[in-house]
Amino acid sequence: MDFQLSREHQLLATTLKDFAENEVRPLARETDEKEAFPVSSVEKMARFGMMGIPFPKDFGGAGGDNLGYIMAVEALSKVCGTTGVILSAHTSLCAAPIYEFGTDEQKRRFLPDLAAGRKIGAFGLTEPNAGTDAAGQQTAAVLSGDKYILTGSKIFITNAGYADVYIVFAMTDRSKGTRGISAFIVEKGMPGFSIGKKEEKMGIRGSSTCELIFENVEVPVSNLLGREGGGFGLAMKTLDGGRIGIGAQALGLAQGAIDETVKYVKERKQFGKTIGSFQNTQFQLADMQARTDAARLLVYRAACLKDAKQPYSTEAAMAKLFASETAMAVTTMAVQLHGGYGYTREYPVERMMRDAKITEIYEGTSEVQKMVISAAVLK
Amino acid sequence: MKIIVCIKQVPDTTEVKINPTTGTLIREGVPSIINPDDKSGLEAALVLKEQQGAHVTVLSMGPPQADLALREALAMGADQAILLSDRAFGGADTWATSSTLAAAIRKLEWDLIICGRQAIDGDTAQVGPQIAEHLKVPHVSYVSELQVREKAIEVKRKFEDGWQRLRVQFPCLITTLKDMNQARYMSMAGIYDAYKQEVKVWGLADIDVDQANIGLKGSPTRVKASYTKGTRSAGKVYEVDPRDGARIIVESLKEKFII
Repeated sequence: MDFQLSREHQLLATTLKDFAENEVRPLARETDEKEAFPVSSVEKMARFGMMGIPFPKDFGGAGGDNLGYIMAVEALSKVCGTTGVILSAHTSLCAAPIYEFGTDEQKRRFLPDLAAGRKIGAFGLTEPNAGTDAAGQQTAAVLSGDKYILTGSKIFITNAGYADVYIVFAMTDRSKGTRGISAFIVEKGMPGFSIGKKEEKMGIRGSSTCELIFENVEVPVSNLLGREGGGFGLAMKTLDGGRIGIGAQALGLAQGAIDETVKYVKERKQFGKTIGSFQNTQFQLADMQARTDAARLLVYRAACLKDAKQPYSTEAAMAKLFASETAMAVTTMAVQLHGGYGYTREYPVERMMRDAKITEIYEGTSEVQKMVISAAVLK
Repeated sequence: MKIIVCIKQVPDTTEVKINPTTGTLIREGVPSIINPDDKSGLEAALVLKEQQGAHVTVLSMGPPQADLALREALAMGADQAILLSDRAFGGADTWATSSTLAAAIRKLEWDLIICGRQAIDGDTAQVGPQIAEHLKVPHVSYVSELQVREKAIEVKRKFEDGWQRLRVQFPCLITTLKDMNQARYMSMAGIYDAYKQEVKVWGLADIDVDQANIGLKGSPTRVKASYTKGTRSAGKVYEVDPRDGARIIVESLKEKFII
C-alpha cells in the first residue's frame, strides 16, 4: 500500500491549486450571491482540459484517470462548491455513462464535445415523486417506429439550462418496475424539450438546478443508452461513480474551510493573544484535519478502485457518506471558530457551510449510502 | 522555426521565510518553480508554436531535481527537454553557466534562443546576453512584445522610462520579461504525458566545452561577503492636505541638501 501520489498526480495537484486560486476563488462570492452560473470559469476549465480528464484521447479526453478527475473536483470545491459540482455532474453523470455504456457510435458523437467542454452534460433521474425511490418514475417513453416519444418531467437537475446533453431516465415498460426503466441521451433543442422552474437554493447557489419538461419529445432509437429496460442498473452504476465526485466536492469544502480557519485564527486576537494559541482552537482544528484526511483517504481509495476496474460501489458509498458528513461538521466548526464574523458574508466559511449541506443529500442521501454499505456488510 | 528556451528552476521566493535568529533564508520545504521571466519566455515560444508550427526545446542546467521544471515545460506544450546536469557544472557563476549552456546549444539546431531576463534567486540578468556573446549572435534584452516576420523577429524592448522597437535577423537571442504575457497552465493531457516523454540528461562528456570555463573552478566571480541590508527607521506619517504635504516634502529635502 502506497499513500504517495504519483509524479503525474503531484504535478496535477500544483497546477489545479494554482488554477483554483487564480481563476475560481475571485468569482466564488459573486457566484453565490448572484446565483450566477460561472460561465467564464467553465470556459477556462475547458481550455485547460478539465472537462474530460478521465477519458481517452481518442475521444477528446486528457487520457487521465478518475483520481485526477476527483482531485480537480476537490481543488475547485476548496474555493467554490458550485464550480466543483458543475464539473462533477458533467463528468460523472453524463460523460461517464456515455463512455461506459454507450455504443461506439454514441461515444464518437457525444464524447469529444463533452470532453473538450464545448458541450456541458447533465443527468435527469429525480422526479417530484421519485427521488430515492427511483422506481416510481412517471416519465414515459413509447417506441414509435425509429423513435421513442418521451413525456414527463424531472426536477432538481444540476447544470440544467446550461447543459447541451442530458442522460434522461424514463419508463419503457411500467409493468416491469425497475426493469422497465431505460436511459436516453436527450439533446438541447429537441422539439418539446424545455427547461422549467429554476430552484432557489440554500447553497451551491451558482449551480443551475431546474426542472426538465418533456412534451412528446421525439428521441431517435440511436439515442437509447444501454439496452431497453437496462436504465435502472445504468443509473445505479452511474451514481456509484457520481458519489466519488460528490465525496470529492465535500472533501474540498471541508479542506477549504480548514484553510480559511487557519488563516483567521492566526490573525484574530482576543484577550491579548491570537485565538490560535488557545487549546480549544487547536483541538478543534486537530479534529477537523484528522476527519478531513480520513475522508480524503476514503474518497481517493474509491477513485483508485474505479481506475483499477475493481468493484467500488460500497467504497464509493462509504466515501460519500463520510466525506459529506465531515464537510457538514467541519464547516460548522469553522463558522464557530470564526465567531460572529463567521456568520457574515465577509468570510467564506458561512457559504461553505451552506454548500456542504447538499452533499449529504444529492446523488443518494446519507441514508441511502447506509443502505448500500449495510447491504454489503450483512451479505 | 526552431526555438530553444532556457529555463531555470528557482525557489518560489514568495513562499520563502527568513530564519529570525540567523537572518538567512529557510529553503527547506519551499516549492520550486520555473523562474517567472523564463516561464513567460516559454509561453511566448508556445504561442509561436501554435501560430507558426515552431519546434520548442527547453534547456536547463541544474541538479537532477530540475527535471521537475522540465516536466512542467513539457506539460505546457514544449516538444523536447534537455537537462544539463553533472557535478562538474556545480557552483557555476554566470560566466560558467553561460559557457556550459552555449556549449549545449552548439549541439542543437535553432533559429531563436529565448531566455528570461533574470532569475529571482540571483537577479543578475547576465546569463542570456553572455550566451549570445559565446555564440556570436545578436541579442535583445528586456523584450515585452514580439512578432516573427519571415527570418527575423520584431520586438519591443522595454526600459524604465521608454521603449525601443527593434528588428533582429535570425539567428539571435532575446531575454523576456515576466509581464509580457500570462503563462498558460500545464494542460491536463500534457500532465498525464509529461512522464511518458524523455528528458535527455547531458553531462560533461556530452558537450564540447573548455573545462577551464565551467563549474566552480571556471567561475571568476568571488563573493566577498553577503549580508542582510539593515532596516531603516520607520518614516514619519503626516496627515495633512496635499498642499501642506508638498511643502513638508520640499522642506525636508532642503534640510538634507537634496534640493
